[in-house]
Amino acid sequence: MKHMTEEELIAYREGVAAERMVIAQHLAACEECRAELERIETVLAALDTLPVPNPGDDYGRRVWQQIAPRLPERPAQWWQAWFEPKRLAAVGIMATLLVAAFIAGRSMRDPIRLDVATKEQIRERVLVVAVGEHLGRSEMMLVELSNAEPLGPAQKRVDISAEQHRAEDLLEENRLYRQTALKEGDANLASVLDDLERVLLDVTHSPEEVTPAQLEKIRQKIEARGILFKVRVVGRELQERQKATKPAPAQKDSKESERNKA
Amino acid sequence: MIRMQPSVENAQTIAESDAVAVERTLAGDRDAFRVLVERHSHNVFRLAYRMTGNRPDAEEVVQEAFLRAYQKLGQFAARANFGTWVYRIAANYAIDRMRQRKKEEARKVEPTVHEEGTENDPVTLVHDAAPTPERLTQNIELRKQMEIALAALSHSERTAFVMRHWEGCAIEEIAQVLKSSSGAAKNTVFRAVQKLRLALQPFVGRGTQARAMGTES
Repeated sequence: MKHMTEEELIAYREGVAAERMVIAQHLAACEECRAELERIETVLAALDTLPVPNPGDDYGRRVWQQIAPRLPERPAQWWQAWFEPKRLAAVGIMATLLVAAFIAGRSMRDPIRLDVATKEQIRERVLVVAVGEHLGRSEMMLVELSNAEPLGPAQKRVDISAEQHRAEDLLEENRLYRQTALKEGDANLASVLDDLERVLLDVTHSPEEVTPAQLEKIRQKIEARGILFKVRVVGRELQERQKATKPAPAQKDSKESERNKA
Repeated sequence: MIRMQPSVENAQTIAESDAVAVERTLAGDRDAFRVLVERHSHNVFRLAYRMTGNRPDAEEVVQEAFLRAYQKLGQFAARANFGTWVYRIAANYAIDRMRQRKKEEARKVEPTVHEEGTENDPVTLVHDAAPTPERLTQNIELRKQMEIALAALSHSERTAFVMRHWEGCAIEEIAQVLKSSSGAAKNTVFRAVQKLRLALQPFVGRGTQARAMGTES
């Protein structure tokens, strides 16, 4: 009989198992798995006995008294949320992409360039340049994280808070580029950005100061996903694509000079 | 599992009444927000305490959560559940607070001792056998180990465990707080339980043996 894994039993115990019925049926028939589940239960039951202090019946009133003087007259309106720093950063990226697309679109009006770059090529180029830069910044952060060390022999922990804050910013950008890549039908790029997003999430969810062992684990995760390699490969591919989608200025120049001559 | 969920009818009544209070607050009636604060403070405190592991931080999280909720009330869809929303704000702020606290106390090896004394010893709440001196020592030791094990979880693991195991939150809700996919949130719950089990199994086992011995004597 194939036994349930620890993961399946924990998922069952916590009510998040996908195949709840299958596990329940197996448990009914398998004494060994029942005993294993009981061992998990014992640990969780012990944790359940940790008390939470009662803040008192008048706690809600006390909270109100503490916060009331700090509340503005009225809550902020919904549109004010657009002026939060994170939103502004995202809006900035979108605006850059739009402006770049607009400039590219205008250049399309030049009949001489029509045979050089199509509208799709220009749109792709905008994405390629922006994502290329994003991947470059991500690579730099991951390399720095991989090389992080305690500041001195006396220090037992490594401060990765700077990398973590950069990872948080990159995460926002990454989501935007991944969605754009998906919309543009670039499955390969979207897949690499998806992998990168998981690594960035791992980094942002780690403690700000880690032990060398914890740092090693983060390094192993980065290595196991092969994300640095993938980022470099895609980065190079994007450079190639950037070259391929670049309009040929020489042609334009020669045609212009011919016109000037005429 | 300790979960304090209201009944379906009760939850619906609270949600409807919350929606009215939210609308009144948005219309400029600041006192309407007081109803929301007084109604949800205890639940938010419970979550915050379990996440931060200490009372001063938990109280700070509660205050900050309601302040942020008030400031962002304009973005809150009145038809949604205010309780769930403020809960999510509190969980997010508790993660920030835990990060900050960890940084401040990075070099402290000893875990913080609970403000409650041994009269609230958790193990005595479940074990019905008469306490022996050995059991009492082991219970204090077990509680200390549980606090160490919880403190050793990463912020996301502790958040996922508290929200799922103690607060009964849906995986999607946890995923929103952790800014991850549902699958990743589920894995985080699993990792947390696995780590807690690894750290506590030897002590829980010892406690079981001790109980048997205590009953026999």
